[in-house]
Amino acid sequence: MTGSAVLNTVAIGDIQAPHLEYGQLGPMLLVFGVAVLGVLVEALVGRGWRQFIQVPLTFAGLAGAFVWILVLGVKDKPLHVAAEGAVGVDAPTLFLQGTILVLALVSLLLIADRQNGAFTPQASALPGSDAEREGIASGTVQSELYPLMLFAVGGMMLFTAANDLLTMFVALEVMSLPLYIMCGLARRRRLLSQEAAVKYFLLGAFSSAFFLYGTALLYGYAGSVRLSDIATATGNNAGSEPLLLAGIALLSVGLLFKLGAVPFQAWKPDVYQGAPTPVTALMASCTLVAAVGATLRVFYVALENMSWDWRPMMWGVAILTMLVGAIIAITQTDLKRMLAYSSIAHAGFLLTGVIATSQAGLSGTLFYLAAYGFTTIGAFAVITMVRDAGGEAGHLSRWAGLGKRSPVVAGVFAFFLLAFAGIPLTSGFTGKFAVFKAAIDGGATPLVVVGVISSAIAAFFYLRVIVVMFFSEPAADGPAVVTTIPTAAAVALGATVTVVLGVLPQPMLDVAGQAASHLFVR
Amino acid sequence: MFPWLSVLIALPAVGAFGVTLLPKGADELAKRFALAVSTLVAVLTVVMAFQFKTGGARFQFTESYWWIKAFGVHWAVGADGVALVLILLSVILVPLVVLASWNDAERSGGASENPPKRSVKIYFALILALEAMMIGVFASTDVFMFYVFFEAMLIPVYFIIGSYGGPQRSYAAVKFLLYSLAGGLLMLVAVIWLYPLSARPVAAGGLGHPSFLFSELTHLQIEPTTAKWLFMGFFIAFAIKAPLVPFHTWLPDAAGQAPAGAAVLIVGVLDKVGTYGMLRFCLELFPGAARWATPLVLTLSVIGIVYGAILAIGQVDLKRLIAYTSISHFGFITLGIFAMTSQAQAGATLYMVNHGFSTGALFIVAGFMISRRGSARIDAYGGVQKVAPLLAGTFLIAGLSGLSLPGLSSFVSEFLVLVGTFSRYRVPAVIATVGMILAAIYILWMYQRTMNGPTAPAVSAMKDLSRREVVAVVPIIAIIVALGFFPKPILDVINPSVKQTLSRVHQVDPKPTVADQLIKTGARP
Repeated sequence: MTGSAVLNTVAIGDIQAPHLEYGQLGPMLLVFGVAVLGVLVEALVGRGWRQFIQVPLTFAGLAGAFVWILVLGVKDKPLHVAAEGAVGVDAPTLFLQGTILVLALVSLLLIADRQNGAFTPQASALPGSDAEREGIASGTVQSELYPLMLFAVGGMMLFTAANDLLTMFVALEVMSLPLYIMCGLARRRRLLSQEAAVKYFLLGAFSSAFFLYGTALLYGYAGSVRLSDIATATGNNAGSEPLLLAGIALLSVGLLFKLGAVPFQAWKPDVYQGAPTPVTALMASCTLVAAVGATLRVFYVALENMSWDWRPMMWGVAILTMLVGAIIAITQTDLKRMLAYSSIAHAGFLLTGVIATSQAGLSGTLFYLAAYGFTTIGAFAVITMVRDAGGEAGHLSRWAGLGKRSPVVAGVFAFFLLAFAGIPLTSGFTGKFAVFKAAIDGGATPLVVVGVISSAIAAFFYLRVIVVMFFSEPAADGPAVVTTIPTAAAVALGATVTVVLGVLPQPMLDVAGQAASHLFVR
Repeated sequence: MFPWLSVLIALPAVGAFGVTLLPKGADELAKRFALAVSTLVAVLTVVMAFQFKTGGARFQFTESYWWIKAFGVHWAVGADGVALVLILLSVILVPLVVLASWNDAERSGGASENPPKRSVKIYFALILALEAMMIGVFASTDVFMFYVFFEAMLIPVYFIIGSYGGPQRSYAAVKFLLYSLAGGLLMLVAVIWLYPLSARPVAAGGLGHPSFLFSELTHLQIEPTTAKWLFMGFFIAFAIKAPLVPFHTWLPDAAGQAPAGAAVLIVGVLDKVGTYGMLRFCLELFPGAARWATPLVLTLSVIGIVYGAILAIGQVDLKRLIAYTSISHFGFITLGIFAMTSQAQAGATLYMVNHGFSTGALFIVAGFMISRRGSARIDAYGGVQKVAPLLAGTFLIAGLSGLSLPGLSSFVSEFLVLVGTFSRYRVPAVIATVGMILAAIYILWMYQRTMNGPTAPAVSAMKDLSRREVVAVVPIIAIIVALGFFPKPILDVINPSVKQTLSRVHQVDPKPTVADQLIKTGARP
């Protein structure tokens, strides 16, 4: 435990400039910096040019930050808390941030692909209306999407790195607010999209309040918002227990909401369905990584001494999440909703890795996040490709016989679904094996049994989609498959990573294992 | 040393990939290519089999490389006698299946009157992919790798049934996959559980390092209660696969709806993975738990023998009937495995091979009939013998092997199982004998209804076997007859492995009583 950086009341005059480790904070600063630059571009550059400047700029920002993280990771010097203890830049953080950045880059391929027409040119314009045609003619495209996305990604990176609860809260807001806006920008089915945005915003605001309340109670208990100080306080058994337990409960609500764990999952299907599919891909991959990352840090660092108290609760949440996600998914007829419930079930699998609170649990969870993120983006990318007159053909029945009309696209989608189901030789199996292994190692065998049972249930609805695509006769006016280069690249990337992590996962497992070898810094 | 088994796994896998790359209209080329690859694999396997030393090390042609070091997983292959004969069975059946289902892929359609044309090359690609996985599953000597093949194998079968099967194909495919997947996931828990057990220090009964190598896992000391759970995890998966009553209901649907060629592989080879797994993993990794479960398994086997046979008698669909006869035969195999005498286990292993060939022949010939008549219903036929004598003749021989007529291969194995079981468990052996009588009823009655009697009008124009079809079915008939008279080469290969299994389970053959002696001398004139 480092004893430094205790919050002191300071008199005016002896405020010192905080010591900042710019090298370690670099990736986040770069992403935020480029985001600010993007705002300037929006303000100063003419309409026609914005899109052409924003896309390379965003790409460069994300890629630069990723390279920076690689450098930090390879330099292999002992990394520790930075920015006066507010941020912990350690190996798991670098892994998570790197994963977020790569997944964001792949999502960017989808977001930047303007041919798929996922975004409205003007939030008030109806699809097909004169106002929209005018908007398109005048070159209005929502190019502010890119700075918004960068802010969200920066917030996610900070969320996984935050070493005190207040920083974590700020990061939570920074990452959530842009997402709320991005959810409302779908071109088709505007009402659903706006409903999704409002719902996400309201529920998100609630959960943030829970998070903040929990932070306040934990501060009342430990006298500090730093995770390591809370850990020390719980170790010494100082302070009043009701404050601590209530604090843990409220804080968990905030975190589990972002994860989409049952019983805080209600937003997920609506938001995933309503949001423009590229944004859904971003949320389903990057936001999940960030949320799990923060959850890991809170439960591994701050609450490690309390595992006897929170474990039963998390067991219950994990079991419910796996089962409810899998069972409700069976009844879904919209592909995006179905993938949302599948994402809920996967959050449950991830929680089994969190509950293990061991090095194996951490490395398994990290691997799972990377594997799942790529598969998810790939799956949503395929959904953007299958379109009929009214935009994406989201309803399952519209996909009937797709395997005959475009066997490659349907085959790749089936492959993603098999990966979700955890069939061997896909990354989904390797990831599941990694977290379940850690869970059994930690004595949570019943949890794993529930996990495999819900996998079997989940397999049913993944198979249903395959049945519809391959074993049904195609409808006469079925949807068309529109292939554009960026989207196809995203699909190809997702498929490649899903194969490689399934067949030869050792290098990635090594990276995750090394990242987890020293757990989190304090 | 030449990496025989890895090459045998890789060859059909690469072939499958190659077939998918062929241009769209090149159906004939795809068929020939698939036939060439599978024949090459069969020839190579036979060459390999001749290098197997019967008195040598238990596992031969072994290879072992790290695969996923973080999980302690190896790419480890090797074949003992049991695995070798099952690999042989698989690779011999595949080219014949390719030949037999030459025109099946484009013909099979579905419920509608004008079924849309199906991709021919994908059908043969799936068959080749399945072949690679079948070899892999029998050749794995790493439990994790075995599991990977065990599960991955389901996917090509799922697509074959679902895309190329009969009217109920989608229902059958989903049922097949869900049953197998549910069992496989239970096995997954058991497989994962082996990881912490093997990672324990040696003093605590572990290995000191995580490992899934079969040869190392047999040294694990597992607490009896844990072992029972693990045994159940593996056993239920294998019982679904085999299938043992009460886990059998997927099989008639899957085999009934699958195209005949795929049904050969499903019932002939895939189901053997279940019985093979029981013999290899359930018995040797958890010997104590296996002895504990013996009464239950024997009971289920005997029920399966009689129940499967009775249901077979009542079937009106050719392929479903054959599927139910298989459930009865699988009862014999599990009975033989869990009777835990060397005769019974050798018989059970031989039975796996013989059943693969005789049921394979039945399905292939039934497929020929169905493709001519367009119906799988038994009452759609009658008097076929007069118009297609060659077809009827092959059907008869395959059927007679199915009812264990002396002189045909199944007789030897069934007899060994019954004798071996009788020496330890009298009552089950006696009840199981009923299965032999019922077998005569279902086979002969089916033959009588389809082949004898007045020729049905719809059948009168039925053509006899074409040259391609003769080539597809005659090798199997030859093997059935050959093994019926001279099973010794196969038994010589099987016996050392079986001895090893039994010594693992700490079972010695019971001392023969006078009555047993009489039976034995009766068996060897």
